[in-house]
Amino acid sequence: MYAIEFKDVAFSYGEGGFRIPKLDLAVKEGEFVAVLGHNGSGKSTLARLANGILEAERGSITVFGTPLDEKHLYEVRKQVGVVFQNPDNQTVASIVEDDVAFGAENVGAPREEIARRIDFALSAVGMSEYRHATVSRLSGGQKQRVAIAGVLALKPKIMILDESTAMLDPRGRKEIVDVVLRLNREEKMTVILITHFVEEALLADRAIVMNRGEIVMRGTPAEIFARHEELTTYNLALPRIAVIAQRLSEGGMSVKSTLEIEKLADEIAGELSCGS
Amino acid sequence: MKDVSFGQYYPVKSFVHRLDPRLKLLFLIVFIAAIFVADNFWSLGLCALVLILAVAFSRVPVGKVLRAVRGVIVLVVFTAAINVLFYTGKSEPLWAWWIFSVTREGIVFSVFLVARLVLLVTCSSMLTYTTTPVALTDGVESLLTPLKWIKFPVHVLALIMSIALRFIPILMDETERIKNAQKARGADFESGSLFKRVKAIVPVLIPLLLSAFRRADELGDAMDARCYMGDKKRTKYKKLVFTWRDLVAFLIGALMLAATILLRIYGADLFGVLLGPVI
Amino acid sequence: MRIVAEHLSYTYNPKSPFETKALDDVSLTIEEGEFFGILGHTGSGKSTFVQHLNGLLRLPSSMKRYREKRKKEGECKTVLRVGDFDLASKKTDFRALRRSVGMVFQYPEYQLFAETVKDDVAFGLKNFSDKKLSADEIGRAVRDALAAVGLDYGEVANKSPFDLSGGQKRRAAIAGVIVTKPEVLILDEPAAGLDPLGKRELMELLHRLHKSWCKTVVIVSHDMDEIAENCTMSAVFAEGRVVFSLPPKELFKRHEELERLGLDIPLTAKLCRALGARGVNVDCDFTVEGFVRAVLALKEKGGRA
Repeated sequence: MYAIEFKDVAFSYGEGGFRIPKLDLAVKEGEFVAVLGHNGSGKSTLARLANGILEAERGSITVFGTPLDEKHLYEVRKQVGVVFQNPDNQTVASIVEDDVAFGAENVGAPREEIARRIDFALSAVGMSEYRHATVSRLSGGQKQRVAIAGVLALKPKIMILDESTAMLDPRGRKEIVDVVLRLNREEKMTVILITHFVEEALLADRAIVMNRGEIVMRGTPAEIFARHEELTTYNLALPRIAVIAQRLSEGGMSVKSTLEIEKLADEIAGELSCGS
Repeated sequence: MKDVSFGQYYPVKSFVHRLDPRLKLLFLIVFIAAIFVADNFWSLGLCALVLILAVAFSRVPVGKVLRAVRGVIVLVVFTAAINVLFYTGKSEPLWAWWIFSVTREGIVFSVFLVARLVLLVTCSSMLTYTTTPVALTDGVESLLTPLKWIKFPVHVLALIMSIALRFIPILMDETERIKNAQKARGADFESGSLFKRVKAIVPVLIPLLLSAFRRADELGDAMDARCYMGDKKRTKYKKLVFTWRDLVAFLIGALMLAATILLRIYGADLFGVLLGPVI
Repeated sequence: MRIVAEHLSYTYNPKSPFETKALDDVSLTIEEGEFFGILGHTGSGKSTFVQHLNGLLRLPSSMKRYREKRKKEGECKTVLRVGDFDLASKKTDFRALRRSVGMVFQYPEYQLFAETVKDDVAFGLKNFSDKKLSADEIGRAVRDALAAVGLDYGEVANKSPFDLSGGQKRRAAIAGVIVTKPEVLILDEPAAGLDPLGKRELMELLHRLHKSWCKTVVIVSHDMDEIAENCTMSAVFAEGRVVFSLPPKELFKRHEELERLGLDIPLTAKLCRALGARGVNVDCDFTVEGFVRAVLALKEKGGRA
């Protein structure tokens, strides 16, 4: 059984609008999948379909075997948490703990249970000491961690991050990536990470590339970033390190395309020393 | 970057700050009732005493409290002047000209009104100085709960207030940012005729509205994603609890109101004409 | 226009519980013609600094009371000059200053407001001009500005700005700033939120503008690669102070100090460091081009030896 499975899913935003013609994707429990694609390729639509904010026109979406339909909508939503892009637009309450409580209150958890979930969620994102803080005074990364905690309070098994790092500074981005990695490794959380940042995508077990509403590339992140020509076709930029490796090999050095700094340094150093 | 401190909450810890927001709301109502029941200076003095105690125990600087009065000083002076000049008392006017006449009762009466007004404003601002907007929202929601029986959407109202509180600082920040951006493009918000100035707001208002809609959209999705389905089945995490402090404050309020009522009924016999009922 | 700041300080919400010192005795010079990069964490004071440069934030020293107090104490030493504009003077013509110093805020597409792209781009032009411009003059200026940012006048001018794609919106917003031909163009994180390709195209656009349109370009950025690749000069802000003011070529040699500040370094600098640990010293300007050239040169030399 897959954590989440899209089977022959089609969707459109009305006549002439953006369209997903056919989408098939299966993610295993505990897997970490990165979703890449230029702006407007359909990544966000994928996130919104996955927990029923948007409704598919055709095909089926199942979460741990439960079909995402009207009857099971909230059951599925509890399992699939989504964190969105703008850290300012996801909080309903002014105080951290009140906001984290929101989801748990919505599903009617008893008070003591809500308190336990707040404890758990805030410690999972490393924000316990900010429990009584005012959300508007936090940094972008902290706000986004509160948003993750707000989702965790529903005890989901799948977490989708829809460009949740795009508006953050490097420090905030690292905070979020650390939290997500920890959730994936320690809590066995299934993670779907939608991102533009190569370094983030490299952390995933598997990556897919979307273009015009379709999944056009699948593989490990390293495999995908090695397919330079295809990436360019889909309007994706090559990672800087791949560009360097490529340029060096064009200049007559035998370096393989690699995405790791240490490996590339090894190859360059080796090449230079055997030349002398 | 710019920190928008919303409302006028004065962030210290004190006896008054820690009172239950519901109690403070009720206390304000009781206080206003007492001020209006009061018909002599003794009663008003009593209310003032209670208020001074509240200020003393709140650790809000007196200057800050008086600043609230400064905000309505025009109203105070206007009220006083009108009453002094137009009050027609029974006694001989001390001074008269054209349609104006100043009587002793007139002066006493305006002093009384001014005192009422000052007490009213001070007490209301004490509530906002010592209670965060969030606590106030919780208090209002809790106090309105009985209205659920007549199908009044208390929960929705409370959620709207809560979201408004959360987004007002964001939108204020955003306004500042958009204003700066348009200023950088030569927009001028400070000079010109009224018409010109109103027109100058358009380049700020449109982006602001669009941003508010965009935010509302994303917030809606985020709420959906967190299983929001209205009031159905919903539980509440925060419970307001009364403590001994609230009991003390409650007793003080009750005594004050009782005293003003008693003084209104029996005051005239006790204090005679001069310090008896003014109204 | 040369930008000179000396002993510049700024405090938000002074004398309140939320008082924050955003700039603390900052001195920095930006020479005419630079492509200048300003780096630093969020809250390091970099945005506060650039907002001074076109008078959106005013020097407290241009306020009368503050000046008089300082005069008495005899220590009014703050200097802030942009070209011939003395921003410490209360006689500064801020309208003229803003005309010469264009400012593009973060996510500038969110400031678009007019019915058509043309009207939006013309907004600044009309505001800054002293006489009424003819439709012809406006049309020409808008056409030039749109062309400069790579948008086709015929295609977009009469469209609603809200019907453009994300990248186009940002370009249109930039056109609305450069339409008055400012000598200095300041951009606060111009590439934020764009996808990698969009980022690259935007930086290329800024280079074109730098060569042909605005003499000096100042960008505020978090992206070290962006700074290394594009800037001729850079400054690092930390906790309201300027800690470095160096060309990127020199700056990124100080990777230890940068990392102590919690700042990243560009990929090329990381590679140089990794190679240094392997006994290979690569001396380059930290652009991708420069790094590749330096490595290939080393190979050439090694081959001959």
